Amino acid sequence: MRRLLLPRRRDLVCQQAVELVTDYLEGALSPADRRRFEAHLAGCPHCTEYLAQMRSTIELTGGIAAEDLPPQMRDDLTAVYRRWRAGGE
Amino acid sequence: MGRHTRGQPVPAAYQDTDAELLAALRAGDEQAFVLLVRRHHSTMLRLALGYVASQAIAEEVVQDTWLAVLRGISGFEGRSSLRTWVLRILVNRARTAGERERRSIAVPDPEPAVDPARFDGSGSWASPPERWVEEARDRLRAAKVTARLRSAIGELPQRQREVVLLRDVDGLSSGEVCSVLDISEANQRVLLHRGRSRLRQVLETEFGRV
Repeated sequence: MRRLLLPRRRDLVCQQAVELVTDYLEGALSPADRRRFEAHLAGCPHCTEYLAQMRSTIELTGGIAAEDLPPQMRDDLTAVYRRWRAGGE
Repeated sequence: MGRHTRGQPVPAAYQDTDAELLAALRAGDEQAFVLLVRRHHSTMLRLALGYVASQAIAEEVVQDTWLAVLRGISGFEGRSSLRTWVLRILVNRARTAGERERRSIAVPDPEPAVDPARFDGSGSWASPPERWVEEARDRLRAAKVTARLRSAIGELPQRQREVVLLRDVDGLSSGEVCSVLDISEANQRVLLHRGRSRLRQVLETEFGRV
């Protein structure tokens, strides 16, 4: 778990909060840091928007279609497979 | 059945699990092999390109990997997922192939998630994020930024790119990514954070334009 480089019990500022977003989404914050992060969000519409944007970024990235296998590569690999099946490789 | 994910039709056979494909592959099913290759091809190629200088060498690495997979398939014990196993072989081969031209692995740069100029002296937003989440839900508008997003991933530093590709494009778990790339969970999170933060910046700029 990443410890924050700031005195405990002090409120987070936005610039610190944005650096914690991934640890937050990954469930990697300590319970105390998680509470401080959520307390900051509760009072900060901009950081709330920022978190929503990071979620949206992840979603859009996940929507990038995989490039399909070019036919030449498929043929080459099928040939590799057939040679392997025939015991040649 | 034509189940739809993110608007893309997914061939039914794509939904076979790797475990089912593994069984079919061992039984000598060529279609299962082709399916497995298709499923992982773009990730493998993009991963390999992070280590070697050319597309041609990357394609060779991918081919070599599949041959190694076929040769090793009878001994594969399933301690990791099939996907993790295949990608580990790929990364090892790509590293070997790229050894001579290896770029030094720099210490990750300490680039912040957001340009410091956007905060005031107290660390609060001076120039808050432009709102675009609603627009991203509009499929047409999202489609317009996809090409830019794809190229932005290509421009990420290598390690960040690898982690983003594996986690967010290909959907591996953090554990799988750590295993494939041989990095710690903490390191994985740092790389993921930098990569995602950079992509968010790009999207903010792009949605401001469309």
